[in-house]
Amino acid sequence: MDCLLQMKDISKTFGEVAALRHVNFEVGANEIVGLLGDNGAGKSTLVKIITGYHQPDPGAQVYWKGQRVEHLSVARAREIGIEVVYQERALADLQSLWRNIFMGRELSNRWGILDIKAMSDETNRLMQTAMGFTSAAVSPESIVGTFSGGERQGVAITRALYFEAELIILDEPTMGLSLTETKKCLDFVAGIKQAGKSAIFIDHNIVHVYPVADRIVVLDRGRVAGQFMKGELTFDELIDRLTRLARTGSFENNRHAPSPVGDGGGMGRG
Amino acid sequence: MNTVTEARLFTPTAKRSGFAGLARRYALQIAIVFVALLIWAFFLWRAPSTFLRYDIYYALMATTPYFALMAIPLTLVVIAKEIDLSFASIMAWGMAAFDVVFQLFSKTNPHLGVWLGFIACLLAGFLAGLLNGIIVVRLGIPSLVATLGTSFFWSGIVLVITNAQGLGLAVVAETPLYNILVGRVGGVIPAQFIWTIVFLIVVWFLLNRTKFGAHVYLSGDNVESAKLMGVNAPRIKMLVFAIVGLAAAFAGIVESSDLKFFWPTGGAGFLLSTLASVFLGGTSVFGGTGTIFGTFVASFIIAAIQPGIVAAGWTAYWTQPIYGFIIVISVSLQALLRRRLA
Repeated sequence: MDCLLQMKDISKTFGEVAALRHVNFEVGANEIVGLLGDNGAGKSTLVKIITGYHQPDPGAQVYWKGQRVEHLSVARAREIGIEVVYQERALADLQSLWRNIFMGRELSNRWGILDIKAMSDETNRLMQTAMGFTSAAVSPESIVGTFSGGERQGVAITRALYFEAELIILDEPTMGLSLTETKKCLDFVAGIKQAGKSAIFIDHNIVHVYPVADRIVVLDRGRVAGQFMKGELTFDELIDRLTRLARTGSFENNRHAPSPVGDGGGMGRG
Repeated sequence: MNTVTEARLFTPTAKRSGFAGLARRYALQIAIVFVALLIWAFFLWRAPSTFLRYDIYYALMATTPYFALMAIPLTLVVIAKEIDLSFASIMAWGMAAFDVVFQLFSKTNPHLGVWLGFIACLLAGFLAGLLNGIIVVRLGIPSLVATLGTSFFWSGIVLVITNAQGLGLAVVAETPLYNILVGRVGGVIPAQFIWTIVFLIVVWFLLNRTKFGAHVYLSGDNVESAKLMGVNAPRIKMLVFAIVGLAAAFAGIVESSDLKFFWPTGGAGFLLSTLASVFLGGTSVFGGTGTIFGTFVASFIIAAIQPGIVAAGWTAYWTQPIYGFIIVISVSLQALLRRRLA
């Protein structure tokens, strides 16, 4: 498997608290990685390191497409193609669809005058292809505040895809969504795979992560408790193991040790 | 959001024609024009002798720009989810700068003094506006408090500099500047009305057709996501404050030139009418939405109220309560509209 993002020996301590301990983590090209873990497991700390918001402790190594990245800042992460889709903060509710799609990256000439026609046409095209809005009720001029939760996530994901993000990080995208809306949102995540891009899907609801992820990584108390390709475990087996993890702090079943996955394995058991 | 809400949102609109779509998009502008026509019809009915003659419209075209020139750019500040209470003081502060520079040349070359005073006036206004922006953005002080402070500061400074003495501006009328700012085009249209139209077009274009304007909307709507998407919201906010400062100084010299006299305490009277124009015009006090056209129309409604109620036979003391009422009602309507959308 080609690695898009490879992170080795990532530790992060905040004062006395070790949020992450010698974590190895990677995302393959065109791979959807589900990142599971309880509150405080270190999911958001890991994501904030990937997006350049936090710097890891010394000794960490980050590779992007095989190239060493020395200092990953927020600007650098965006530049190389890492986009985060945040749950609530992604969209400007009172603005039209096209203004949201092109937020911060408006098409304009050198005098800063907007090319509204081009943005509107492009939004129209994206609506029909990527977003699947076929209803005549939705136009590029529609105000996104009137969209449902799943549609809003779709707009945010489409925006990231349109701007050539290679790795899209979805931070709890299904939180607060109804069943049908969750379904819509998961369809968009599947769309990332079809577009040939990669994603990290963070959730604590295994039911949402399992259907769309190629590989699932479980974090527990700052370390990687286990990871497996989806084909290796059935949904029920996964539930069993997560329950055991919560109870005993150990993910592995003694009589069945999972094989390392990918090159580099990355089990990182501290 | 559940499916019931979704159905309610999408089913009826599916049949919507292009015309209805336009009507919804421009609902606020259409509403404000309707309100203007309604008030006009009321005054025509109550005071036909006044409102059937050109004089009243001539007077409105001459005096409304005194604050419409500030209300139009102030709309940008309110859309960016900030407020400015200092523009009325900056109006006088710009003229104080004019005063100081003009005095330097009044004995030697008064005409040059007028032109240099004009430049000093605009520069002083721009810098005062920029200072508001810096205090709000860099120090993180809420703009309501920051500009309340600078408002008192500048009006005080004006009194200190001028010693509360006014300045006769007959000399301005000897220069082309007078005709440019406040001359009578064709003898019937005050130039300041033309300037207001120019402001309307320029600021509308800035807001709706440029990247800067797009970022003004985003900074007021969801500043967090705007920043995450690379919008430099702090710079946008500083700029809109600076633009209001510049416009306030311009309004100051327009008013003083028209009256041929600079009153150091003159600006204070325009605070309420300017704010009322912005809010009546449909700009949301919560940021993110608003229209320049709405502010433009609303400023003429606001300006017509005082002569209207006097001509209709009531006391002018009603003006202030009506302005206050208009501000509260328009802001409340915005709150209701917003709750319905959320």
